[in-house]
Amino acid sequence: MSNPIPPGHEPQCHDFQAGAKKALDNKVLQALLERTLKSGFQQRRLNAKARLPEYDQLRDQARDLKNHVLDNLDVYLERFEAQLTKAGGHVHWAKDAAHAREIILKICQDAGAKTVSKGKSMIGEEIALNDFLDANGVVPIETDLGEYIIQLRHELPSHIIAPAFHLSKEQVGETFKEHHTHLDQDRDLSEPSVLLGEARAELRDKFLRADVGITGANILIAETGTAMIVTNEGNGDLTQSLPPVHIALTSIEKVVPTLEDATLILRLLARTATGQEQTVYNTFFTGPKRQGDLDGPEAFHVVLLDNGRTDLLGSEFRDVLRCIRCGACINHCPVYAVTSGHAYGWVYPGPIGAVLSPHFVGLDEAHLLPSASTLCGRCEEVCPVHIPLPDLLRHWRTRGFAAKKGGKMQRLGLALWAQLARRPGLYHAVMALGVNGLKLMGGKRGAFKSLLGAGGWTKTRDLPTPQGGTFQARYRKGER
Amino acid sequence: MTEKTSPLRVGLFVTCLVDLMRPSVGFGALHLLARIGPSLDVLVPDQQTCCGQPAYNSGDLVSARTLAQNVIETFEGFDRVVVPSGSCAGMIVKHYPNLFAIEDPWRARADSLAQRTWELTSFLAEHLDLNDTGAAFAGTATYHDSCAGLRELGVKHQPRRLLATVEGLTLNELADSESCCGFGGLFSLKYPDVSGAIVDQKAQAVENTNSDLLVGGDLGCLMNVAGKLKRRGSKMRVFHIAEVLANLTDACGIGEDQDA
Ligand code: SF4
Repeated sequence: MSNPIPPGHEPQCHDFQAGAKKALDNKVLQALLERTLKSGFQQRRLNAKARLPEYDQLRDQARDLKNHVLDNLDVYLERFEAQLTKAGGHVHWAKDAAHAREIILKICQDAGAKTVSKGKSMIGEEIALNDFLDANGVVPIETDLGEYIIQLRHELPSHIIAPAFHLSKEQVGETFKEHHTHLDQDRDLSEPSVLLGEARAELRDKFLRADVGITGANILIAETGTAMIVTNEGNGDLTQSLPPVHIALTSIEKVVPTLEDATLILRLLARTATGQEQTVYNTFFTGPKRQGDLDGPEAFHVVLLDNGRTDLLGSEFRDVLRCIRCGACINHCPVYAVTSGHAYGWVYPGPIGAVLSPHFVGLDEAHLLPSASTLCGRCEEVCPVHIPLPDLLRHWRTRGFAAKKGGKMQRLGLALWAQLARRPGLYHAVMALGVNGLKLMGGKRGAFKSLLGAGGWTKTRDLPTPQGGTFQARYRKGER
Repeated sequence: MTEKTSPLRVGLFVTCLVDLMRPSVGFGALHLLARIGPSLDVLVPDQQTCCGQPAYNSGDLVSARTLAQNVIETFEGFDRVVVPSGSCAGMIVKHYPNLFAIEDPWRARADSLAQRTWELTSFLAEHLDLNDTGAAFAGTATYHDSCAGLRELGVKHQPRRLLATVEGLTLNELADSESCCGFGGLFSLKYPDVSGAIVDQKAQAVENTNSDLLVGGDLGCLMNVAGKLKRRGSKMRVFHIAEVLANLTDACGIGEDQDA
């Protein structure tokens, strides 16, 4: 299931507790999260939704569309391949991450590439492309501002649509000063627009020198053989049109039948992700530069990554393949809102990450993630394609339980509880005893400040004491 | 319902937390159901224990099924089953049927129970159209919408409608009232730091309303927020909605010291 991952990219999902603790202790990060999630992403989505009365209808349509595609995935992928080939492009089928990396390296090497410019691509993160290219003599340059920042810092993205979401502008300024050493160290970088300008100036030159451009693709359109991306910075356009070779790296579930279908996804995607009516740049690529075209690449490749997605298709996790990577589930997750993305230990954080990571990196590594959720259901509520994320998390918990993951004590406790609870007579007697004991310990206090055996509960909050007597015992004695 | 029809047989599922930690919620529910009069015949069967939610959410489906079967059997003879908890009611309504394969004879029984089961405030406000609780509280309250009730069962306007019948009570809406309090059952024990941070934000929002009471429909969430409020030194009193509607606010709130 998991692919050979280049050194330095080992997932750290098993360390969720420590990662979460680190985030909780980081005051800057906590302030940032509080400011940017509720009044930022959440509010903007609500506003956008309010401006589009048919928003909920579109969600149902998108769910149905995606289900239809998943039922006929082979048909649409083959149609896409045929159409793109007709337009002069090349389609490469990559069965896993290692395969995709090899395909891309080969294209780069055949083009004699020394540097590649990259648009933001989560699939690029999924296959850990940058370090691999670097190790093989091809220097990757991220052109999306967020990706560029985390590339400088050698970090994973902390959010699928905002990779540097965990950083304040002050921290970005420090990173720039550390890396752009040729510039005046005392320059004022307090304004976000100045940061953007500096990144642009640094990147512009590299755009021009790149031999190959690699982007993601948000949607593949079968009827025309078109790949398309959305960006807010326009870097995707430059990445695909300036270098002589363009590679769009994407995954198989991104295909839709028609252009019309693509617009349905686009209408939902921008509103749900950022609250925009439309993302600023919507770029469609259909093959390489044709005769008479003013610009565009000489060669156009699409790498279609499977990486276990066809296994998901036949599993209880099938619904997750509808995902359009909008990030709304992340933006509304109470756990993510205090842990941020890095605690999840791999490229996809939040609820969608907790469903995807066990699949990609294995349950041994990632079994903590599905349990690190309150199952509050807000993710499912906001998901534009109605993915039942809490159910999918529960499915992983079921698999984890069957594979004996999770604490021994918890397993033992559950087994005992179940044994007891199926014997009502014994249960009520034992509970009455236990409750009376606790009540005795609590005395007149309404809550325990600490209690042995209460897990970590009393570390962070008091534990209310029982009122006294079980309901059943009191009711049987005639109390009403 | 005409006078002549035989009374509706209602079974109260008190839930394990109410049974163990706060019987007054169960008594409050009984009191409210009693207000409806002879058209309801309310019983609390003693075979009931736990709905199995902790096992279900931990992936222990075998235990979850066993506990579900006990609940299904216990409440088989009742026309309606009322639960003073959105999450336990949600477990029965939304998840019990999924525990059994279509061809399993238990499936039909689970489906039947799911159809007969109501969360308390929905039952009172929607099913019985209760408009007069006879309760009074001179002061302000804020309401926390617990996630399972809200999202699995659509419990939102029902508790507000019922609270509006409490004489003297003014409701201050909680900012971000639909965000989770961080309880999540065993989650709160397994990830205490994360859970503690989430409930800290909730407690802050609750304090910001400057209300006398925090009211909610799920004891687990209320114990979580009450425990955090207390740790933060807040004096706010916390009650289950059944207690408020049954006029039990003179007693100690959740987490409140007896001589406070
Ligand atoms: S699971 Fe749904 S909400 Fe989350 S990223 Fe995917 S489409 Fe968006």
